[in-house]
Amino acid sequence: MSNLLLLQVLNGAQFGILLFLVAAGLTLVFGIMDFINLAHGVLYMVGAYLMASLSMLTGSFWWGLLLTLPATMLVGLVLEVAIFRRLYDRPHLDQVLATFALVMILSEGVKIIWGAAPLNVSMPNLLSGSIPLAGPIRFPVYRLAIIAAGLATAFGLWFVIGRTRIGMLLRAGAHDRAMVSALGVDIGRLFMLVFAFGAMLAGFAGAMVSPILSVDPGMGDQILILGFVVIVIGGVGSIRGAFVASLLVGIIDTVGRIFGPIVLKMVLELDAATQAGRTVAPMLVYILMAAILCWRPNGLFGRTSA
Amino acid sequence: MMSRRGMAALIIFALLAVTPPVLIFMGQGFFASVVTRMMIYAIAALSLDLILGYGALVSFGHAAFLGIGAYAVLMLNSLGVTDIAAQFGAAAVAAAVFAAITGTIALRTRGVYFIMITLAFGQMLYFFLISLSVFGGDDGASLPARSTIMGQGWLDHDLALFYLVLGILALCFLGLTRLTMSRFGRVLIGTREDALRMQAIGFRILPYQLTAYVISAMICSVAGVLLANQLEYVSPQLASWQRSGELIIMVVLGGIGSLTGAMTGALFTIGLEEGMARISEHWKLYFGLLLLAVVLFSPGGLATLAARITGKGRPE
Amino acid sequence: MSDVLLQVRGLRKSYGALAVTDDVSLDVQAGQVHAIIGPNGAGKTTLIAQLSGQLSPDAGRVVYDGNDITHLDMPGRVRRGLARSFQLTRILPQLSVLENVAIAVQARSGSSFRFWRGAASEAALNDQAMECLSEVGLAQKAHLPARLISHGEKRQLELAVALATRPRLLLLDEPLAGTGPDEAAMLVDLLARLRSRVTMMLIEHDMGAVFQLADRVSVLVYGRIVASGTPDAIRDDPAVRTAYLGEEEGTP
Repeated sequence: MSNLLLLQVLNGAQFGILLFLVAAGLTLVFGIMDFINLAHGVLYMVGAYLMASLSMLTGSFWWGLLLTLPATMLVGLVLEVAIFRRLYDRPHLDQVLATFALVMILSEGVKIIWGAAPLNVSMPNLLSGSIPLAGPIRFPVYRLAIIAAGLATAFGLWFVIGRTRIGMLLRAGAHDRAMVSALGVDIGRLFMLVFAFGAMLAGFAGAMVSPILSVDPGMGDQILILGFVVIVIGGVGSIRGAFVASLLVGIIDTVGRIFGPIVLKMVLELDAATQAGRTVAPMLVYILMAAILCWRPNGLFGRTSA
Repeated sequence: MMSRRGMAALIIFALLAVTPPVLIFMGQGFFASVVTRMMIYAIAALSLDLILGYGALVSFGHAAFLGIGAYAVLMLNSLGVTDIAAQFGAAAVAAAVFAAITGTIALRTRGVYFIMITLAFGQMLYFFLISLSVFGGDDGASLPARSTIMGQGWLDHDLALFYLVLGILALCFLGLTRLTMSRFGRVLIGTREDALRMQAIGFRILPYQLTAYVISAMICSVAGVLLANQLEYVSPQLASWQRSGELIIMVVLGGIGSLTGAMTGALFTIGLEEGMARISEHWKLYFGLLLLAVVLFSPGGLATLAARITGKGRPE
Repeated sequence: MSDVLLQVRGLRKSYGALAVTDDVSLDVQAGQVHAIIGPNGAGKTTLIAQLSGQLSPDAGRVVYDGNDITHLDMPGRVRRGLARSFQLTRILPQLSVLENVAIAVQARSGSSFRFWRGAASEAALNDQAMECLSEVGLAQKAHLPARLISHGEKRQLELAVALATRPRLLLLDEPLAGTGPDEAAMLVDLLARLRSRVTMMLIEHDMGAVFQLADRVSVLVYGRIVASGTPDAIRDDPAVRTAYLGEEEGTP
């Protein structure tokens, strides 16, 4: 039982790390540009589809991954230049509508190009196997690799934002755009960079997940909304908050779905318990979000005054 | 004297009322059910406009209340309760409770936060509905029979359903028109314009916003009950976040903060979707492009666009 | 004239290391006009924000009419007769001038959880709103949309809205901000007429207006009250002259 729990916690951590890659870009865009981007989940999906095509084309997982990163970055750049920069100064409602329109356009576009049927991406030989965890339970190497890649990214982000000039500008920009402009920095360029980088992270997450999930047009929706939950819990604009909240949401969601019914069954000893567990488990992260909001309306790491 | 918008609404209702006989005369009776659905969405759009247009609360979880209404029909039906009045009542109570709880939490926040939180709560309900394996889980379930009125199966006739929906739409329109001009409506509009100003003249704004949120939810759940009857099929898709997005689109395309606009927007959007779906299976692509163009180039919706094209300036 | 209507004791507010309100204590006597002057950035608006309940102080007490209201929210204070005006005009642009005032009347007369009857036709609200508009000389503009009136008229409307809450103490945050000489003179006359009915705390940069209206003046510099006294005493206080008045143009 405890071994099973460990396994699920690791699975949850892996899911949480993926969430972090998506939420990091989202929260930066929110925090720095006060811009709500519903199309961010679609970038994750586009990353997975590009990975599917590029790895097939090159015949190699690694080449596929290497090409997917600049490709999704390019998609982010094009969207920023063509659409998003016209929306920064618009009301949130306009941003919601325009990016929702993009979700429709890109989801349908993907269906036209790749078809509606799910695609599969094969796993590289190097990362296929599994390692013994405890007793008879083994953990797939590929999932470990996702965790490692995510942690490396998180560390890189922490370094860039905390230790470099660009990071300093980003932190300053989140507080006061005028000040950054006064430093002689082209704020438009800075935004473009953040956006493209966020798109690349989402695409990276999509590419990494493609060998273990089927790639389909709806895959971006779920991750987008969980990304919102993560940002609300962690606090808008906070990378550290996004990291903590991602792991929290990933683990609670994964563990809850497996153990919710089991635990309830032990307590209630009723057939209805399984149904109740199945009902409550997917709602857990939202209940967690509500509870944290009651306690701290600006999230765990949000600024205290709105 | 009646305002231009009031006149427009009257004309719309008159046109809707004569639609079925005209369609039947033309041998296109099938389209009456499309118009029924358009009117049901118009009710939902009216309810959303109350909080979105008059309260400036960008709720992205409104489809949840559509889902609550539809599942109230399905659940009560499985218990043998087919009376539509009972179903309206149960749906409205359930929607009010859900709105009161989620609204209390969501209204503690502003702006982007409010959008994300309402979206998350909407998704929570969506997953709740999916988990109901008794009612078909992911796939949903078909309704064994339409609801009854005082034990009579009148609604089995599409025409009866049509005129019931038209009547309820008219009632909602009238009620909301009165509400937006009442003391309560004035306070709600005040919070939209400047919340701090409202506090500085002595209003605690949360109770007003929450009341509007609950009223809006209850009306939308009524639309959900009607939608279940029209489709004779209930699935979690009714409560998906895309549906919430579509409801916002309807309100905005019609011109936000105008009840006639919200109603027209819903009629137009559903009509357009139906039309486009007949032309291309990839209609969502074109619909998305159209929406993007409207948002980028014509803030204020189609009403402003139409006014600009006809050169009549901004409509009041 | 010895009734203290508002008593402030040891009020503090900091943002990080910066103390914007630093141990402020003052008394506002009923029936008087108490002016707060000070250079830009002295923390005058922050002080008003704390007295009106928009911001909560880090420490200190605010006692109004014998009751501790330190933790009462803004609507609660308004209902007890402690109203404020804003430095930057905050009107409701989509409503008419009359409605802007009528909604303030509505806030204190009866429930606003009424959903059916048209509010625009409530004579009781409109009559009282009209009275307030007449008082500030804006009656003839009552039916214009509020966004279309001039800046000076918006300042008048701001006052009418504050009056409509039936205040006993009015916190005025730069009521003359951005007005021309004629408009300013008219507003000063208006405030002079109101002083018999309403106690006022006045923040103002126009020293002419301050010394014309105030019974008492407190000088706020870097969040601290450096002097408090009658206008004559303040004018002659050498410390104040060097700290503040010397820098101002148009000192009488």
